[in-house]
Amino acid sequence: MTDVISEIRKDYLYNLLLKGERADGRAFDQYREFSVQKNIIIKAEGSALVKLGSSQVLVGVKMQPGEPFPDAPNRGVIITNAELVPLASPTFEPGPPNEVGIELARVVDRGVRESKAVDLEALCITPGKQVWIIFIDVHILDDCGNILDASSIGAIAALLATKVPASKFGLGDDYQLPVKDIPIAITAIEFGDVLMFDPDSDEESIANTKLTVITTADGSICGMQKSGTGVLKQEQIYRIIDIACEKAREIREKFLEE
Amino acid sequence: MIVMDESNISFFKDGLRLDGRRADEVRPIKIEVGVLARADGSCYVEMGGNKVIAAVYGPREVHPRHLQEATRAIVRYRYNMASFSVEERKRPGPDRRSYELSKVSREALEPVILTSYFPRSVIDVFVEVLQADAGTRTAGINAASVALADAGIPMKSMISSCAAGKVGDTIVLDPMKEEDNFGQADMPIAMMPNGEITLLQMDGRLSPDEFRQAMEMAIRGCKEIYEVQRKSLIERYNQIEMEPISPQEVESQ
Repeated sequence: MTDVISEIRKDYLYNLLLKGERADGRAFDQYREFSVQKNIIIKAEGSALVKLGSSQVLVGVKMQPGEPFPDAPNRGVIITNAELVPLASPTFEPGPPNEVGIELARVVDRGVRESKAVDLEALCITPGKQVWIIFIDVHILDDCGNILDASSIGAIAALLATKVPASKFGLGDDYQLPVKDIPIAITAIEFGDVLMFDPDSDEESIANTKLTVITTADGSICGMQKSGTGVLKQEQIYRIIDIACEKAREIREKFLEE
Repeated sequence: MIVMDESNISFFKDGLRLDGRRADEVRPIKIEVGVLARADGSCYVEMGGNKVIAAVYGPREVHPRHLQEATRAIVRYRYNMASFSVEERKRPGPDRRSYELSKVSREALEPVILTSYFPRSVIDVFVEVLQADAGTRTAGINAASVALADAGIPMKSMISSCAAGKVGDTIVLDPMKEEDNFGQADMPIAMMPNGEITLLQMDGRLSPDEFRQAMEMAIRGCKEIYEVQRKSLIERYNQIEMEPISPQEVESQ
């Protein structure tokens, strides 16, 4: 049943595409309206609700002291998790995370980790014994497409809003979590030789290929993930990167303005 | 265990890498086809210190049946690391990393598999990493691609996979463990011989120009590996043609 609908939908979207249009009237590289509300969950150390079009993602950050990894005794730990809860989409099911949820969490984690946005060494309490553990939990509330970019924006926004809860654990005064970079993930899909950015759920369902490019404030690439059973040409990849750098800069500026 | 620290390690000596390779050189690669008797297709690959084995079963019936697709075969890919394949024992069984790698590896191969030939069936690909030395997913994909061909699965083309990375501010091909652990970036890709990319991942830090350089290098690596894959298949199937079939074998069939 869903297959039949998607075939009809595919035809419709393809015909629009031939005219250079998208169903909601956006340009191919245009993002939907987005907003970020920080610190809406006071029980969390930091949180952010991201709305990207109709997609809604809530990211919460919790911190607690814990043991470091033996191979990094003086570094804090980041653990990223994503919950694709059944309230967010008719296709999400309860139960342990599936590979889509795991991939989402790992790509969000890659952005935060590889950009070195969080200074892990500053999170060491007693070398080899005690460090801060940061839990980044991504809660998808409404999946209307491109929840990966929304989650990535949510993660860094929540980290920017995070206060280290030192007093709660008798470790001095609370202080703002030092964040050194703002990684932004930008996702494009390929469909009928056209690249579309910020796909909605219909566009996602008809595309074979998706590429996410995460860039840092200095314009370098700190993470990438191709997803889906299609292919990409070399030139398409380069184009996505060029546009991703530009879009990320725009989104980052919106952050810095706040 | 050698203790290394990002700050004091030098990755090059007299312009060569720690294992004597040039920056744009892949590690020695060895491919053997048809190494398992029970599987429909199989392949053993060594890429430097990596040892992986891939098996293909199918097309066969799908269990559980609700996974069936009316118009095509589904493809399943299981990437699994042996507990003894790495320095510190790995807890057996799937973890989050292996779920992700299984997903992207499957998606790297699916574009070339003609799944519409086998509706309502499944093609299972199992990859076991026996020894790991950075680049296990690429070695696994290379092995799986040859194993699919060995199983007689109709494919548009082969898939070859190779990584490029950045160490000591230099772009290098096919990073080994030390370079991966202490390097600045790692970027595995997979592609068809015609240059279409089916897998692309990256972590670390690269400028857009460095990315292009790494991409070009990884593509050259894939092309080199493709030649080895091709040769190994030709070798295997030339041999079979020349082997005389004994009368007992004919009877037993």
